Amino acid sequence: MPVQMKKTREGFGHALAELGETNPNVVVLVGDLASSTMVHFFAQKFPQRFFQMGVAEQNMSNVAAGLSLTGKIPFFATYGAFAACRDLDMIRVTTCYSNLNVKIGGAHGGISVGPDGATHQALEEFAIMRSLPNMKVVCPCDYWETKKATLAIAEIWGPCYLRMGREDVPVVTDENTPFEFGKALVMREGKDLAIIGCGIMVYEALEAAEVLAREDRVEARVINMHTLKPLDEGIIIQAARDCGSLVTAEEHQIYGGLGAAVAQVTAWYHPVPVEMVAMWDRFGQSGKPEELLVAFGMKSTNIVEKARKALRRRDHRGNGK
Amino acid sequence: MANPYNLSILELKQKALEIRRDIITMLVPAKSGHTGGPLSFADVGTTLFFHELTFDPRHPKWEGRDMWFWSFGHVTPVHYSLLAEAGFFPKCDLLKFRQFDGHLQGHPSSLDTPGVEVSSGSLGQGLSIAVGAALGSRLDGHSRRIYALMSDGEQQEGAIWEAAMSAGHYKLDNLCGLIDYNQAQIDGRVEDIMGISPLADKYRAFRWHVIEVDGHNFEEILGALDEARHTKGKPTVILAHTIMGQGVSFMHDKYEWHGKPPTKEQAEKALAELGTTFDEWHNHLATSTEPAYPQKPAGVLA
Repeated sequence: MPVQMKKTREGFGHALAELGETNPNVVVLVGDLASSTMVHFFAQKFPQRFFQMGVAEQNMSNVAAGLSLTGKIPFFATYGAFAACRDLDMIRVTTCYSNLNVKIGGAHGGISVGPDGATHQALEEFAIMRSLPNMKVVCPCDYWETKKATLAIAEIWGPCYLRMGREDVPVVTDENTPFEFGKALVMREGKDLAIIGCGIMVYEALEAAEVLAREDRVEARVINMHTLKPLDEGIIIQAARDCGSLVTAEEHQIYGGLGAAVAQVTAWYHPVPVEMVAMWDRFGQSGKPEELLVAFGMKSTNIVEKARKALRRRDHRGNGK
Repeated sequence: MANPYNLSILELKQKALEIRRDIITMLVPAKSGHTGGPLSFADVGTTLFFHELTFDPRHPKWEGRDMWFWSFGHVTPVHYSLLAEAGFFPKCDLLKFRQFDGHLQGHPSSLDTPGVEVSSGSLGQGLSIAVGAALGSRLDGHSRRIYALMSDGEQQEGAIWEAAMSAGHYKLDNLCGLIDYNQAQIDGRVEDIMGISPLADKYRAFRWHVIEVDGHNFEEILGALDEARHTKGKPTVILAHTIMGQGVSFMHDKYEWHGKPPTKEQAEKALAELGTTFDEWHNHLATSTEPAYPQKPAGVLA
């Protein structure tokens, strides 16, 4: 059956338009990227509650903070590279230190942004946002999950960062798949190895698991870690205990992202070999999304390779599970 | 809507004197902090808290309040003195300024201190927050006024001009900016460090109404705040021309007093000029263990 392809940012846009109906406090701000971030659905339906802020992201971030003080639930949207880097001081001091109810939609996350090149390929948001007290971080895997995550963070108090991608990506969940903020989702059962992924890497992890089953007779558990903070530590510890080795997969820099977070949890509670698929401390470049994912090693084949290495390390240690 | 104190000009002068005594006295045990800016802003600040702003210190988050944002976070001595004198917390707390066992952080923290709407300390952010609060209040049809309190030095921050542009664009006449234009910043004279003049023209070009006043003249300050309230269709900024260290002769117009506290000896000298002694005022603060609530809080009047 061919996989359905859809944009995660479209899920964000549709969810906001829905929130406009159900929650009169939701307001939306954008920095000259209404169609790109797909907040135009909201803008068309609720022009009074939509604020075009122009090419001035630092201001937008703090205008959102000010709106939150009047009881609004502001979502501001721009590219993740600008939201997380250019606005960082504003987000740190005003939003996080004051614990304000500001929601950040960061579009164009990951190397799969493609031809725009390194400046627009956000690969650092997890590290930056996870390090801020009070901030919560979500990276959904497909259209449906992005929609559900957007609806969910509107209900949660405090600063939240939502990461989205640019391209059409495989739809791996459906309208009825449960989504619980802060609670990871097991997408495939298995006890030989666990692959923990987020964003589009969840699909790659599922592909990798099929290859491992077929070629290595390894049954891999695939965990969709859509919430990076607060992290579902329980599911990681359980996977480390059950499987004895882990592979993480993310479209993010190797430092400070999902892999680092998972390794921290295993180091604390149940040390096992952890291999990581991520961007290896480099900037991206222009190219087609698919060729960039291949070139920078963020495909299912890379996950398979890391899985085999993790299993070798586990067996070499002799302590198995 | 009304200020819970609504002091006359004569009373404002007396209150501003007490605020200056608080500032000098609290900086001594703190052993660090800013002196010059708090003294220059004391008169404008006193006018705001004891004549202009609508609030209820018993209920800092009261829905009917005005909102004010201290964009220049570092002037906490005047900020906290005003909050304490206005009844948000007991004046004895001022003696724990910048200390581990107090709630008064070196730079304002909204989660620690009642009456602090938003944490600040990284310059150039308050005007944007005020723009957001103004947009939100207008959306709700709320009649509250929004004030952004800024320094002249922070006009060098780019974010100020992003915010100024958006306030002009959205014609936010419920927003009033106040700039403590004392011409001094930590490294020297503002015009020597990075010139911001002509500041009035800049704001006018960003579609603001601009009023310039002597920031130590209560009649002028009151007049400007009134004019701002009656200006429709655009935001107003008040450039309050002030003098760093105002009220203490040996700090007068000296940028060196931007970021340092007085020693005990210097404080004695300063407090003598302000008509008291260190022991007397310290004792006054130390024994003020209950918040000084107004007779008629705004919440009751409203």
